[in-house]
Amino acid sequence: MNFTLKIWRQKNAADKGGLVTYTVGDISADSSFFEMLDQLNQLLIGKGEDPVSFDHDCREGICGTCSLYINGRPHGPLKGTTTCQLHMRSFRNGETIFVEPWRCGAFPVIKDLIVDRSAFDKIIQAGGYVSINSGGIPDANTIAVPKPNADAAFDAAACIGCGACVASCPNASATLFVAAKVSHLALLPQGRVEGERRVRKMVETMDHLGFGNCSNTYACEAECPKEITVANIARMNREFLAAKLFADKEKQVSFSL
Amino acid sequence: MINLNAGAPRGPLAEQWSSYKANCKLVNPNNKRKLDIIVVGTGLAGASAAATLGQLGYNVKSFCYQDTPRRAHSIAAQGGINAAKNYQNDGDNVFRLFYDTIKGGDYRARESNVYRLASISPEIIDLCVAQGVPFAREYGGLLANRSFGGTQVSRTFYARGQTGQQLLIGAYSALSRQIAEGTVKLYNRRDVLDIVVIDGKARGVIARNLVTGELERHSAHAVVLASGGYGNVFYLSTNAMGSNVTPAWSAYKKGALFANPCFTQIHPTCIPVHGEFQSKLTLMSESLRNDGRIWVPKEKEDAEQLRQKKIIPEQIHESKRDYYLERRYPAFGNLVPRDVASRAAKERCDEGYGVGTSGRAVFLDFSDSINRLGVEAISARYGNLFQMYERIVDDNPYQTPMMIYPAVHYTMGGLWVDYELMTTVPGLYSIGECNFSDHGANRLGASALMQGLADGYFVLPYTISAYLSNEIHTPAIQTTLPEFHSAIQGVSDRIDQLRNTKGKTSVDHFHKKLGKIMWEYCGMSRSEAGLQSALGMIGELKEEFISDVRVPGGMKEYNPELEKAWRVQDFIELGDLMVRDALQRKESCGGHFREESQTSDGEALRDDEKFAYVAAWQYKGNSAEPAMHREELRFDTVKPSQRSYK
Repeated sequence: MNFTLKIWRQKNAADKGGLVTYTVGDISADSSFFEMLDQLNQLLIGKGEDPVSFDHDCREGICGTCSLYINGRPHGPLKGTTTCQLHMRSFRNGETIFVEPWRCGAFPVIKDLIVDRSAFDKIIQAGGYVSINSGGIPDANTIAVPKPNADAAFDAAACIGCGACVASCPNASATLFVAAKVSHLALLPQGRVEGERRVRKMVETMDHLGFGNCSNTYACEAECPKEITVANIARMNREFLAAKLFADKEKQVSFSL
Repeated sequence: MINLNAGAPRGPLAEQWSSYKANCKLVNPNNKRKLDIIVVGTGLAGASAAATLGQLGYNVKSFCYQDTPRRAHSIAAQGGINAAKNYQNDGDNVFRLFYDTIKGGDYRARESNVYRLASISPEIIDLCVAQGVPFAREYGGLLANRSFGGTQVSRTFYARGQTGQQLLIGAYSALSRQIAEGTVKLYNRRDVLDIVVIDGKARGVIARNLVTGELERHSAHAVVLASGGYGNVFYLSTNAMGSNVTPAWSAYKKGALFANPCFTQIHPTCIPVHGEFQSKLTLMSESLRNDGRIWVPKEKEDAEQLRQKKIIPEQIHESKRDYYLERRYPAFGNLVPRDVASRAAKERCDEGYGVGTSGRAVFLDFSDSINRLGVEAISARYGNLFQMYERIVDDNPYQTPMMIYPAVHYTMGGLWVDYELMTTVPGLYSIGECNFSDHGANRLGASALMQGLADGYFVLPYTISAYLSNEIHTPAIQTTLPEFHSAIQGVSDRIDQLRNTKGKTSVDHFHKKLGKIMWEYCGMSRSEAGLQSALGMIGELKEEFISDVRVPGGMKEYNPELEKAWRVQDFIELGDLMVRDALQRKESCGGHFREESQTSDGEALRDDEKFAYVAAWQYKGNSAEPAMHREELRFDTVKPSQRSYK
């Protein structure tokens, strides 16, 4: 197969950047999108040019390293699929393909198609965990967890932290990412204990880092490669509201003492 | 000859670890915060170790090459994690898990370490559940288990087909909490390129900031390597693209011994190679063999017709199919261990019975199970795997058999460590897949996750205090010391050399060439003649790389080609060591099949008389041959027997 590629090139964070046109030929339909880019890079290296930088690692759809808007869509045209699991058979022979990095203020470009997503780590550091140490833990079967809760927690925990939700959102909101973590832990008795504190701190941190607000367009759900649903956002909103009420109550109690 | 003493406590196996813990020297909390520890890698072993050491109050510096610790390759593990919980009341216990691991490793692992691993396994599950890892559960709300990798008990805990992901997120969360509390400082997008040794002790690392290209000096009182395995020496493997041997290799060059490098695991159920530009291989969980039957055509003509796509597999009549695993191993059938299943597939394809366009594939057929249990039951068990297969191959496994072929998956070899997980360099530790310790010559399914977390959460945090208790009077190590200067100079010189070669050939070209040599001569089956010729080829490749590699881009910028060039150069040197190790081990054992050592019916033949030892290699300089040292293995508790699956 042959393709014309219009790829975003940007030397570093300070550079303005722009689209550059390349052509590639002799691509197998069974090649993955990255194997096609590998072939392009081999051509560029052969010609003494700088190869295109892009983030990728496991190439089996689980590590969440890969990103890319392909023809304007995060992770390309297939539903529930990361860029690394996209194959060239999903494109027409001779097609022109636009390839760009995530575009969002909280994810600045590092080079070409690579962005800095450490804002996600900061959100997790704000409370995306259960505060326990490695030791002195009671037997795992001490607390029974209803299977439906465990299954729903798993569905939320399947998030790979790739950032497609932010990339797809007209407001560049990280709400689905935060909601997935809040839901995962809120649905389990082990995570319930610090539920209120967690949701408050994570939402606060998301706001501080410059992500936008959620206006319920649900683009995030449509583009999420792990098909995480917006039901998690509803759950987070309920958690958040309850936490606010709880916090006020807490204040009143301490006043009355 | 270096005396390799594991230093396991005396006394009965079952009491060694508790006696160690009872007598181990501790570090006072006031002193802990004055002690710095570097942890390289944030997979299950590295993240769990860094988090736990941070909880204890040490000053931890955590390094990863990925943009965030959550992406380390442990995330890709599918199947599950073993633990001797006996929740199923099916007769499991610590001894049985220990025994299965020693036997599965073909009697080439150390009894003391493996017993400790088995005894710690239940605690891992307790901790992970408390962290919020959403393991599979029964309707009663308690944890579910499955049988895995041909064991007779159900001791594997799992989270659908994403167990590694969920466990890693647990460890990453614990790590994030420590980062927030300030006990761990994260250095992401860093390649650790050298280990700094001062007065014989590991005291720091040289790292390259992958974004700015800056070379950085980091000092510590101890250094822990959790940088994973070296399967990418084969170019095509199930490892992530960035997985590399570099930190372990620099440790080797600084005096740490490298043990059993030739022990690699080839996993039988991977998606076959599609063409020359393939960049990596995808594993399909071993659990598929529970319900799938493996076959190739009985007639070579049929295989040829299939390769040319003139017929489809369903057209081959039942009587013309060779279910070769069921034929050769009636007792275990399709559930024989990984090494046996992989070799049998290679044997059929070598004989000309392979299918797929390349002829390097066999069928994994679910039609019998679908007829017996229904589509729904099969979809509940393997739905996500079938979907993944269809996405990659564009075939529907509900309608036509899957095609699979073995691929490099895990490396049992690694840095030699003692009972305390310390290498032969004082203060330098190695945990997880990066060390050699627990899996012998073959790893059992669902044991890698167990080992990574056992080392990181429960073993290293104790054993490192034995060393650090003697370091409490050592002030923070200064990075202005001459050893840091010379290390950083060495790194910078090598980078200049790579960039200034300005040859004609790209890094990938060399990596692919190395991969082909390793796969052909040091893969599933090895022979004296093949290994000898591989040694020559690798030597030539090494020279060719030095004189003809092309590394575009600058040093002080984001430059993935430069990262790859460094890693591939290390892989070429490692390849040489692996071949030497395979040459000296003239027996077949576990994943290492020596053609000269087989029974009359073609099964692997182990030689306990001559080879019941760990081969640990010492670096002797760039142009000198490495020296081999032996740690003799003693089996006081389990009597070695020849594995038989017939």
